[in-house]
Amino acid sequence: MDTNNTETNSYLDMELLRFTTAGSVDDGKSTLIGRLLYDSKSIFEDQIEAVQESSDKRGLEHVDLSLLTDGLKDEREQGITIDVAYRYFATPKRKFIIADTPGHIQYTRNMVTGASTSNLALILVDVRHGVIEQTCRHSFIASLLQIPHLIVCVNKMDLVDYSEEAYNKVVDQYKSFASKLDVNDIRFVPISALHGDNVVNRSEKTPWYGGETLMHTLENIHIGSDENHIDCRFPVQTVIRPHSDEYHDYRGYAGRIAGGIFKPGDEVVVMPSGFESKIKSIDTYDGPLKEAFAPMSVTMTLEDDIDVGRGDMIVRPNNQPVATQDLGVMLCWLNQRGPIPGAKYTVKHTSNEARCIIKDILYKVDINTLHRVENDKEIKANDIARVMLRTTKPLFVDEYNTNRQTGSIILIDEATNETVAAGMVIL
Amino acid sequence: MKYSLTHLKELEAESIFVMREVYAQFENPAILFSGGKDSIVLTHLARKAFWPAKIPFPLVHIDTGHNFPETMKFRDDLIKELGVKLIVGSVQESIDQGRVREESGKNASRNALQTTSLLDCIEKNNFDACMGGARRDEEKARAKERFFSHRDDFGQWDPKNQRPELWNLFNGKKNMGENFRVFPISNWTEMDVWQYILHENIAIPSLYIAHEREVIWRNNSWLPVSEHIQLGPNEVPETKMIRFRTLGDITITGGVESTADTLAKIVEEVASARQTERGNRADDKRGETAMEDRKKQGYF
Repeated sequence: MDTNNTETNSYLDMELLRFTTAGSVDDGKSTLIGRLLYDSKSIFEDQIEAVQESSDKRGLEHVDLSLLTDGLKDEREQGITIDVAYRYFATPKRKFIIADTPGHIQYTRNMVTGASTSNLALILVDVRHGVIEQTCRHSFIASLLQIPHLIVCVNKMDLVDYSEEAYNKVVDQYKSFASKLDVNDIRFVPISALHGDNVVNRSEKTPWYGGETLMHTLENIHIGSDENHIDCRFPVQTVIRPHSDEYHDYRGYAGRIAGGIFKPGDEVVVMPSGFESKIKSIDTYDGPLKEAFAPMSVTMTLEDDIDVGRGDMIVRPNNQPVATQDLGVMLCWLNQRGPIPGAKYTVKHTSNEARCIIKDILYKVDINTLHRVENDKEIKANDIARVMLRTTKPLFVDEYNTNRQTGSIILIDEATNETVAAGMVIL
Repeated sequence: MKYSLTHLKELEAESIFVMREVYAQFENPAILFSGGKDSIVLTHLARKAFWPAKIPFPLVHIDTGHNFPETMKFRDDLIKELGVKLIVGSVQESIDQGRVREESGKNASRNALQTTSLLDCIEKNNFDACMGGARRDEEKARAKERFFSHRDDFGQWDPKNQRPELWNLFNGKKNMGENFRVFPISNWTEMDVWQYILHENIAIPSLYIAHEREVIWRNNSWLPVSEHIQLGPNEVPETKMIRFRTLGDITITGGVESTADTLAKIVEEVASARQTERGNRADDKRGETAMEDRKKQGYF
């Protein structure tokens, strides 16, 4: 009974780590994910038996763990992954959500999507090939999307006899490339996803490696400061008015805190009206809160009866986002059809919405070399470009690298309603 | 004070955020309520999202007519407690109208017929967003499902043409006749759902808890004996301690043998099922043969 309690309590004390993986068909990404799921015992017996059977049918020597994650029938037949797939596993310390993205087809679109919600990226490098174009591409996107932590898995160590020299060569190569990136925390680990070396269990074949296993790092890496707890931002999603006898005059502003820590009594200002007030209460179904921080979903009431609605943002008077109609963004074009010159798009930013045009294309970025391309300004699918948007009304934005929620936008095609682009604000 | 959330609190915050987006972005949303644990958790989250106001959506139940009586009572009690509207899409009605044809034979089930009734119900009530309790960990095809899943005017899902979802910017724009399915608990696992039910002390139908019931062994599970199933010539009802891991149409919802008669014990059972090690296989095999033996006893 006691053990049961401990288990339950520890489960209630777990943190959530979202990470993205990117890799091509051959560098062992699916095998690595299969390995993490398998060695962390997140797979049911019937799943593993099915995979074993398929592996036998294909005449493979090993159980092909990649079969665990290749989902749709098309993918199994073609041996490729076609879209972002989300996987789940847990250890006693953390729960993990993997955004598993394919390495080649539509790579920008998929990797950007997967990276947008991740705290960490796993970059796979085949030790025999070293840093290749694709490695740079994955790393650059991770950096562009401001993923705080990168783990470079130098894979297939079994194929180079677990050579320290081969490993160091790749690490050095990556480090010299990474000086161009905007990521503070980069770690390296020599692994064999196929045999499980240094994935969950420490390998006896790499005595020269003094670092942690991949799983140990995933379980212990500090993610507590990944949210912005300094700049108070509360985008209002909707207004709650119960109209009941008990809560007759209740008027609460519901939303998810996008930054900072709010407390009752705090002086606040509502954008865009500029009305000032004080927080009267921060309410939840489970009772009022003394303080609330990102990424909590709460309902706020204010001391004064002022007009607040969806799209407004509650902030602190001395720390406000920039209200602007001219928005500099790094834009990732996600749609098959590129932008039509002069076309209007709907821009979505937090709970706010406006219309916009792409006023100017400053340059495109070659995501293999990180070079600026200034002579070709035609944006096509999967291109990344620095552009200026002009919006019909002010948006209240922060730099993407100080706040991923208030610094990000999407563009929606007004004719098809498709999400055609994703942008990161650069002020 | 520690400024970080536990994973359940973070999942809860995410789901509440998604439900509020649905309320703000759509004109006529609804919650698909099956009476199963996932839709119960969804309803609980909706209550949290809009408190102190009532849940601003109706609950929609697609009724196969083959229900566990316990589920129906649970549904009606919950509706009364929440003070929300219940809309029933009836499979019997679809059959009577000739919209679908009832399956026949021993394994006859109305499960597949539900789709027509659901689409009819969406059309009749003009729902533009239906929230469901589907999770991405349930099945491989669902691993790629979006939170906001766009359906064309035939109600179809095209996995290759889904809108990318970045950060927490959800695009619910649509043309006339189109609608959305929304899955606020996409990122929850079965274990998360159980832990949450335990932690929040959420009421669930007694069927989930181990109880004695008349069952037959069919298609590798213990199927409850009811007026809606035909017994084969060799099928002899037995009384077993069982519980249900999922709840659906009574004709296809099989139970597992279990002694877990409290929520805490269920969580323990779910946890140990996940932690089955490869080394424990022999035990599992023994267990399976043991079941085989019982099956044989039942048949012969």
